[in-house]
Amino acid sequence: MKKILVANRGEIARRIFRSCRDLGIATVAVHSEADADAAHVAEANEARLIGPASPRESYLVRDRVLQAARETGAEAIHPGYGFLSENADFAEEAEAAGLVWIGPTPRSIRQMGDKQRARDIAEAAGAPVVPGSRRFEPGELSGLAEAAEEVGFPLLVKASAGGGGIGMRRVDDPAKLEEVVEGTQSMAGKAFGDGAVFLERFVPKARHVEVQVFGFGDGGAVHLFERDCSLQRRFQKVIEESPAPGLAGEVRARMAEAALKLCRATSYRGAGTVEFIVDAETFEFFFLEMNTRIQVEHPVTEMVTGRDLVAMQIELARGTLPTLDQDGILSRGHAVECRLYAENPAKMFMPSPGPLDVLAFPDGMEHVRVDSGYRQGDMVTPHYDPMIAKVIAWGETRDEARARAAEALRATRVEGIRTNLAFLVACLEDEAFAAGDVHTGFIETRRGELLVA
Amino acid sequence: MAIVDVKTEITGNVWKIVTKVGDEIDEDEPIMILESMKMEIPVAAPEPGKVAEILVSEGDTVTEGSVVARIEA
Repeated sequence: MKKILVANRGEIARRIFRSCRDLGIATVAVHSEADADAAHVAEANEARLIGPASPRESYLVRDRVLQAARETGAEAIHPGYGFLSENADFAEEAEAAGLVWIGPTPRSIRQMGDKQRARDIAEAAGAPVVPGSRRFEPGELSGLAEAAEEVGFPLLVKASAGGGGIGMRRVDDPAKLEEVVEGTQSMAGKAFGDGAVFLERFVPKARHVEVQVFGFGDGGAVHLFERDCSLQRRFQKVIEESPAPGLAGEVRARMAEAALKLCRATSYRGAGTVEFIVDAETFEFFFLEMNTRIQVEHPVTEMVTGRDLVAMQIELARGTLPTLDQDGILSRGHAVECRLYAENPAKMFMPSPGPLDVLAFPDGMEHVRVDSGYRQGDMVTPHYDPMIAKVIAWGETRDEARARAAEALRATRVEGIRTNLAFLVACLEDEAFAAGDVHTGFIETRRGELLVA
Repeated sequence: MAIVDVKTEITGNVWKIVTKVGDEIDEDEPIMILESMKMEIPVAAPEPGKVAEILVSEGDTVTEGSVVARIEA
């Protein structure tokens, strides 16, 4: 394999180019008109314009990407994350065009892209899923108490036809169950024309923990431990870390085993992430979904394991990956990743695009890694996601990693736009975060403290 | 009748204009929806009134603080 096209932009395109260079592989960038002067374009050996600024007319246009590959003689496509990375049709078309697809099989992408099918596969493979009941038709109440006991309290009564939080009621007290079910059945009948409801376990204080896996495509797979990604705003991750703080070794091991079962059952190929929701009080965990691509937060895993996940993807795709043994993959110390966003934390994290008049990261700090999509003088345009860079720090302990990350962020300078730089430092130094009390409602509940800091 | 400027708080592209001149709208009701950095963000009426002017078209780029519409309050 002599040449790889990266169907992406920003930091992940640059990150993939780095592994290509390490492996002696030439690189091709694709870009929109708005990205003509972008860092990833300047860095690639070759670049091809694939359309106007809007992703729908450039980075998401499959034919243009394939045409760029053909014209440049690229032998393989790495999709990065987002854009076309989980588009099974694109993976299929790339393979049909004689290109090597650096990612899972189109079949795996499809299986996991369908959330219900993914849940069924996980359940069949023996991974725990969020406990739920069968449907209860309007007026049907018999067997409800038994079903509720199996699901466990607190639970949600959900309208089968509902969605997005509509037609959903929480029940903490078993004595209130019948009343809520009847009410929801009646409401759902009127609102959705389908009065059926079901019960589902509710996790009041949840953590988002995911397992990095790597499958060989033949039923064999290894895991590279977990990442805790509980700190989120608007369902977007802000800080990620590995290992997950306060999670017992036994729980981590069971979670990794569940993720591996899923990989073996699907003969998964390449890098993937199995996401779980973890009850922060009881440490019960349930399968959420599987992401069939490299994740934004993969560097924390690389920092604790000393592995290069992107190089592993490429080596597997070209057939040169050395045999990997689970016992040979070790996690050492602790790593934290902070996502630097062009946004205004004080205004509900609203986007803040504009010129990066100053962009300077700490230089040569030991155990600090910066994956940036931009250089000083670049423009952060409104066309793409707000992430400017990721600042990742490693330490022997979590406290050391936290302190180092905060030090690196304090040494980072951004001028020209608003960012969450100070907010990230406040999170790292927050006493609840320091204590490892992380959960998905963390930023929302502690926003007051975090913004004052 | 006072004419009130409606300003955008963010830089982005005009995705959809959901009202037209002459429409009566409530406070906080969206006049248009912007798209910026993968987010859809409404520009809402600062007070109730009638849409007097829409100064942008779908697809336009707008910058933070610019006036995108006017309402008769």
